[in-house]
Amino acid sequence: MTNIPLEHVLIFASILFVIGFIGVIVRKNTLFMLMSLEVMLNAVGVAFIGAGSAWQQPDGQVMFILILTLAAAEVAVGLALLIQMHRQFQSLNIDKLNKMRG
Amino acid sequence: MSESSINIEYFFYLAASLAIIASIKVISTHKTVHALLYLVVSLLAVAVCFYLMGAPFAAGLEVIVYAGAIVVLFVFAVMMFGLGTDETLNAPQVRGLSIWTGPVLIAISLLIELTYIISHSGLQKQLTINVVDAKQVGMLLYGPYLLAVELASFLLLAGLLAGYHYAKPEGQGGHV
Repeated sequence: MTNIPLEHVLIFASILFVIGFIGVIVRKNTLFMLMSLEVMLNAVGVAFIGAGSAWQQPDGQVMFILILTLAAAEVAVGLALLIQMHRQFQSLNIDKLNKMRG
Repeated sequence: MSESSINIEYFFYLAASLAIIASIKVISTHKTVHALLYLVVSLLAVAVCFYLMGAPFAAGLEVIVYAGAIVVLFVFAVMMFGLGTDETLNAPQVRGLSIWTGPVLIAISLLIELTYIISHSGLQKQLTINVVDAKQVGMLLYGPYLLAVELASFLLLAGLLAGYHYAKPEGQGGHV
């Protein structure tokens, strides 16, 4: 059995997740929002690895690898969209994207 | 050597607090490059946490894929946006070292912690009890989770196509 309690791992993961979530909400720069999304996905990976090590099962690491591929695909598409946005608006401010007046 | 008194969870708390500090700095700094530096340090701290939780394979993947590939993508994007130009014009050249000190301090303390854990035999004995190695992960990944692996490959293909399509230069027409 592992020495690190699962509760502390989950507290650590939720702190990281909340930090990333605050970053997504507060920052107006879209690049910073993508970085905060990375922090959030990383926090989910911490939770999976912690659960996997608490029960001594490799499923947690399998889910972490799937989250890793998800993060890679998300960053590729997000940065390509950011390049388009920078080309059309000459800015990365998320408030410039309000043409639909939503 | 008082091996029984040294517990592995204190090292985990140290690495976790370093990760939290670095993540707070990621979302609170003004310059993009500084935030990227702190993001790398945060991912490395989380990798040390994975190693301490008995998942060395996941720790290696975290360093290689997150801190290696994904952050390099961010760096390329920052280079394309040219966000670093105004910073180099405004900042005095003498204070060039000061932006590095924060991430470097956190990274050096992580390195000291990791080398201490690796060189300490009692801690290694504690770590090897509960390790879930890469062989078990691979057996599971290509056994019951084979469909998920196929779906992940579809996802990566879609990401590749979308990245190529959106980042294409303006005048270059044609179909993808």
